Amino acid sequence: MIKKTVANVKDALQGVEDGMTFMLGGFGLSGIPENAISELVRLNVKNLTCISNNAGVDDFGLGLLLQKKQIDKMISSYVGENDEFERQMLSEELEVELIPQGTLAARCQAAQQGFPAIYTPAGYGTEVSQFKETREFDGKMYVLERAFKANFAFVKAWKGDKAGNLIFKGTARNFNPLMCGAAKITVAEVEELVEPGELDPNQIHIPGIFVQRIFEGKNYEKRIEKRTVRKVS
Amino acid sequence: MLDKEGIAKRIAKEVKDGYYVNLGIGIPTLVANFVRDDIEVEFQSENGILGMGPFPIEGEEDADLINAGKQTITALPGASFFDSAMSFGMIRGQHVDLTILGAMEVAENGDIANWKIPGKMVKGMGGAMDLVASAENIIVAMMHTNKAGASKLLKKCSLPLTGVACVTKIVTNLAVIEVTKDGFKLLERAPGVSVEDIKKATEGKLLVEGDIPEMEI
Repeated sequence: MIKKTVANVKDALQGVEDGMTFMLGGFGLSGIPENAISELVRLNVKNLTCISNNAGVDDFGLGLLLQKKQIDKMISSYVGENDEFERQMLSEELEVELIPQGTLAARCQAAQQGFPAIYTPAGYGTEVSQFKETREFDGKMYVLERAFKANFAFVKAWKGDKAGNLIFKGTARNFNPLMCGAAKITVAEVEELVEPGELDPNQIHIPGIFVQRIFEGKNYEKRIEKRTVRKVS
Repeated sequence: MLDKEGIAKRIAKEVKDGYYVNLGIGIPTLVANFVRDDIEVEFQSENGILGMGPFPIEGEEDADLINAGKQTITALPGASFFDSAMSFGMIRGQHVDLTILGAMEVAENGDIANWKIPGKMVKGMGGAMDLVASAENIIVAMMHTNKAGASKLLKKCSLPLTGVACVTKIVTNLAVIEVTKDGFKLLERAPGVSVEDIKKATEGKLLVEGDIPEMEI
């Protein structure tokens, strides 16, 4: 077993610097690396480029980094729930590259799996495909999209073992598995860290080879963005 | 004239036995409430669930179980979870039978705009561009006109496009319309709405052939 554990979030973020590009897992506030985000706020690293499907809300998730103006550029698919984000974007303090959600996933996966680029039909004929190479296959048009390049990927899993193997829960899985191994260093934070052998190899979603550092996170808030319930009839 | 629930009710009739269906945010989400219960249908939410169920009962909300609108949901027996690449693999690979989404504008050739108003509103496209670029069966649920009373069924979209020549059907508060190569073909009128009313509210080319029946909801 190759051990991937680090003692805490501080050790996990060793090497993080101003001007770096980060991938952050999560959809909305579900499955976001809460501990890594808190540590990035504490370190106060600046001029960051963040690749993440969403930008959090004003006072949680990536919104915390936006409040402190640590982010120069966001690459996301949907940013609708964050007033400070919208303000910074419309005033051009923040550079924003909006890309289709499936393209975001594919560009992460391409980076993880060694493809320099992929063709997708998403965005053809829209401003997303402007200045990009397009090509016809079997009568349909596709856009060439490049794999991402990033310094760190910060992901959150439900359970992990000391070898870096990960299991995700529910729809908190989303982009997290695709970002593992897609950056130079992948930092996984988990709700429960166990000994090797405790997780069933049949149930592993991400093998430890894609993870460089793993630690058990603390104080998860797991905030719900839109609490919707039904009445019992 | 229909309200939003009425639009959802009419669209629910388009959902057939054995369909995997992706529902967008807004009116499309309501469609799930009106699908006949004697047919087998599974709802996909692109953040990573197939077999999405209703909202949870109070106290059972789970931050790790949400839909693409970030609402808390439940998973039905037979449901599955997956990552975003597999989710859009289902969509891009045309394994999802029907996509229902909202729009700001639709053009008579099937172009759709629903993600950006330059300088005013920029929320992003989310999964909409992937959905409309790949799905073969795309129904738009929207009001026929905007808040200022201007038609949303146009010759050409004025807003940045989400997808090109992709919409197959439109259900509005006034009508059911099929998008054909010759323009908007009027199929049904909403209760109490005349063909004249629909013509007046439609800027794009409207094809009216023979008697247009009133919708049955």
